[in-house]
Amino acid sequence: MPLQLYIATRKGIWVATADADRRVWSLSTPTFLGQQCHHVVLDPRDRTTLLAASRQGHLGPTVFRSTDRGATWKEAATPPMFPKGEPRARAVDHVFWLTPSNASEPGVWYTGTSPKGLFRSEDGGVTWAPVAGFNDHPEQLQWIGGDKDETPDGGKLHSILVDPRDAKHVYLGMSGGGIFESRDRGGAWTPLNAGVAIDFAPAKDDGSEYPYGHDPHCVVLHPRQPDRLWQQNHCGIYKLDRPSDRWERVGDHMPKHVGDIGFPIVVHPRDVDTAWVFPMDGGGDWPRTSPEGKPAVYVTRDAGASWQRQDAGMPREQAWWTVKRQAMCADDRDPVGLYFGTTSGEIWATRDGGASWDCIARHLPHIYSVTAGDA
Amino acid sequence: MTKVIVPTQLRAYTSGLAEVTALGATLDAVLHDLDRQFPGFRFRVIDEQDRVRRHVILFVGQERCEELSTEIAPGVAIQIVGALSGG
Repeated sequence: MPLQLYIATRKGIWVATADADRRVWSLSTPTFLGQQCHHVVLDPRDRTTLLAASRQGHLGPTVFRSTDRGATWKEAATPPMFPKGEPRARAVDHVFWLTPSNASEPGVWYTGTSPKGLFRSEDGGVTWAPVAGFNDHPEQLQWIGGDKDETPDGGKLHSILVDPRDAKHVYLGMSGGGIFESRDRGGAWTPLNAGVAIDFAPAKDDGSEYPYGHDPHCVVLHPRQPDRLWQQNHCGIYKLDRPSDRWERVGDHMPKHVGDIGFPIVVHPRDVDTAWVFPMDGGGDWPRTSPEGKPAVYVTRDAGASWQRQDAGMPREQAWWTVKRQAMCADDRDPVGLYFGTTSGEIWATRDGGASWDCIARHLPHIYSVTAGDA
Repeated sequence: MTKVIVPTQLRAYTSGLAEVTALGATLDAVLHDLDRQFPGFRFRVIDEQDRVRRHVILFVGQERCEELSTEIAPGVAIQIVGALSGG
């Protein structure tokens, strides 16, 4: 199978397919045209199954599943939903995030929803059940805060990460709420936010840190070195090397006029010290667009000690792009390819690790996510 | 049998049919029968706490209805409307 990009948008799903050199891309016709699709993910364990998180503007949320790499789709028999009659009367508004478990658990998937809920499927996405250890935790309301610190589209549970070495070890992120970790497959949870700024909260009189309530935008772990985590936060770029539980703000090494605010962060598939971000303007009214209308990706190759601008091929001015947290990814090839999608409907790609960029698709709807599926 | 008028957004479930029939003495029973006939239909219209979804309007006859226990009189049709303005 060729390299494909799965593009989830506010108006449906498109698939971009590369030729052997990744120079020429063909764009499919849309699937689920008109539906708000937040995430489409290829199962890396079989490289055939695709899951798609979808809602329709009028209708409720669901998950669609394809076992032929997108040729045909079938709706989940039991979509993610909170228990009927539960005390908080929560209802899933939309399914936001999809994560396959690791290779030791074929068919197991997690999903994060808005409002913030964690759900699990053990049959490849056909039926979903709440992860009660998280959703019903007595302190969960404190963790997630109120509805004022949610995204404009509602609270988000995202960045569900399963340790490739141990399926019981799971991380998740919440906007807002922070990062939490479980070592028993979701039964018990502990916050993992030490060292992370929370500029929007008053400093504590005793100088202590808030244990939760932070706003991670995107959290990733390195597939070959799962003790290395990165996060792009509302308040900076961070790195964490376990077993430490204290994040280091490596975004302090970004150019000051650019800052270290953004949504996505992507790691190199092989080099644990290389990561990319797409900075956006987090000052003033928080426009969340490329600083000064001059878009660029920034790369670090030394674990965040320094960052280099990568913008060859991108517009030099008047390009006020926003790239959402799920809308940037890497492929597995050498040299590595990177891809990002903008809310203005363009897909940009590099075949050389970010040295040069080309627009490979335009005129799409508002892009929510871009994921790569490699054969 | 109650006639149910299906909006375009839900016709993927009804094989394209704009009008279907269902059994049930109440709105809830009719929606459950629709879900039996067209699996997945009900959850797209009614959430897990039995609330009509925000951008769905249900008409029983000519009356807008949010109450699932509403009785359906013989000969009265139900119309489901996708209600969302803007883009």
